[in-house]
Amino acid sequence: MVGIVGFGAYLPRYRIKAETIAKQWGMDANSIIRGLQLNEKTVPGQDEDTITISVAAAKNALLRAQIDPQDIGALYIGSESHPYAVKPSGTIVIDALGIGPHVHVASYEFACKAGSEAMYVAANLVKAGEMKYAMGIGADTSQGAPGDALEYSASAGGAAFIMGTEKVVAEILFTHSYTSDTPDFWRREGEDYPRHGGRFTGDPAYFKHVMGAATALLEKSKMKPSDFKYAVFHMPNGKFPQEVGKRLGFTKEQLEVGWIVPWMGNTYSGSSPTGLAAILDVAKPGDMIFMVSFGSGAGSDGFIFKVTKEITKVQNRAPKLKDYLDKDKIYLDYGEYAKFRKKIKLNE
Amino acid sequence: MITARYHREVPQRYRLEAGKCTKCGYVAFPPRLVCPKCSTKKFKPIVLKDEGKIITYTVIRVGPDKFSKETPYAIGIIELNDKLRLTAQIAGVVDFEKLKIGQKVKLVFRKIQDDGKAGIHMYGYKAVLA
Repeated sequence: MVGIVGFGAYLPRYRIKAETIAKQWGMDANSIIRGLQLNEKTVPGQDEDTITISVAAAKNALLRAQIDPQDIGALYIGSESHPYAVKPSGTIVIDALGIGPHVHVASYEFACKAGSEAMYVAANLVKAGEMKYAMGIGADTSQGAPGDALEYSASAGGAAFIMGTEKVVAEILFTHSYTSDTPDFWRREGEDYPRHGGRFTGDPAYFKHVMGAATALLEKSKMKPSDFKYAVFHMPNGKFPQEVGKRLGFTKEQLEVGWIVPWMGNTYSGSSPTGLAAILDVAKPGDMIFMVSFGSGAGSDGFIFKVTKEITKVQNRAPKLKDYLDKDKIYLDYGEYAKFRKKIKLNE
Repeated sequence: MITARYHREVPQRYRLEAGKCTKCGYVAFPPRLVCPKCSTKKFKPIVLKDEGKIITYTVIRVGPDKFSKETPYAIGIIELNDKLRLTAQIAGVVDFEKLKIGQKVKLVFRKIQDDGKAGIHMYGYKAVLA
């Protein structure tokens, strides 16, 4: 049995409300909140980045798995906000966690699905028998240009998953990836903020790829939406995952636990992985979970998990996603937010 | 060169690795070559607990150049649960009036500073209220 043996998430404490951003740019806050279904988003502290978020999430995963970090044979971090253009994020993370040096490390990049890529490769290396454990992390401190629609969603957070074969808490039964060259969203080398194709990011990009992976996964597994207790899809805003769930035949109840985007924002590579962590926090043995990520450019990775009886032993060993989402929030005004996100030009 | 020094200090800054004197039990953090208590040169590496309490603190309102945009922030002397004391920033404090000696803290992994615009990012421990 190959699957998740430990999972952990982390969200920064800082928040900015959609209405604070809307007020700054003279936009109607209600139409943003109603249209995009985004109330507020997480903001990384000045001392937080993809690496520190990865370390915090991975520590929670290790608390749950209770394994020797030295037994981890690979660590992959998916992000579109790696702090270095040239230098892997994972080397810092393994040294902070006491993993390695006999370990394979890589940074992945595929817009919002880099985290699920890391999970996919980690799980398959364990499945191939190459190593006892492998960790896949999705984490981001995503960028949104001032005044752009993305500014309401681009947030910070991440989740880490340790894959293994013993004491599995959620078995991976099926996976499927669906990919094509679709330029819906990109950031050129040296640019501070990404660009996107507006409405083109919808049907030809998000919906086509999520539906493509989801439909193939259902066919491959010979399962139907009603067979699942939970489903989580990539959450670029509040609306898209609800809409794609509806098109596929999932109910609001199945989506509810993993649909954390209205209060978290889009944590990009950490989006569907943090949604999965929120589900695993409360799942019960025997529950089936359907997950499909999406990364612009574009592609989707789909997973079907079956929760095992081990889950109840690990759930309380580390803070839960809801703890980070609901507790000790610090709200920023737009000026503080601009400073935190380094949007203000300073004399160096 | 700052990268060489930074790299040398990774075990203590990333993982709280200290040296425990094999003769008298003195714990050196950061690790030392010679025990200040018994002059022995034999230490075994140990990892310190990441939980403790605030012994004392001060609020920095005019920071050094590299930290001038992060003010105000608190710096404290933290006593870890294994009794060793270290200095660390107490991060994420909104209301300094509520900060109290004896409050429980946890050490977390954060970015400490950057070596200018193009140099390395430097990481290490900070305390947050538990």
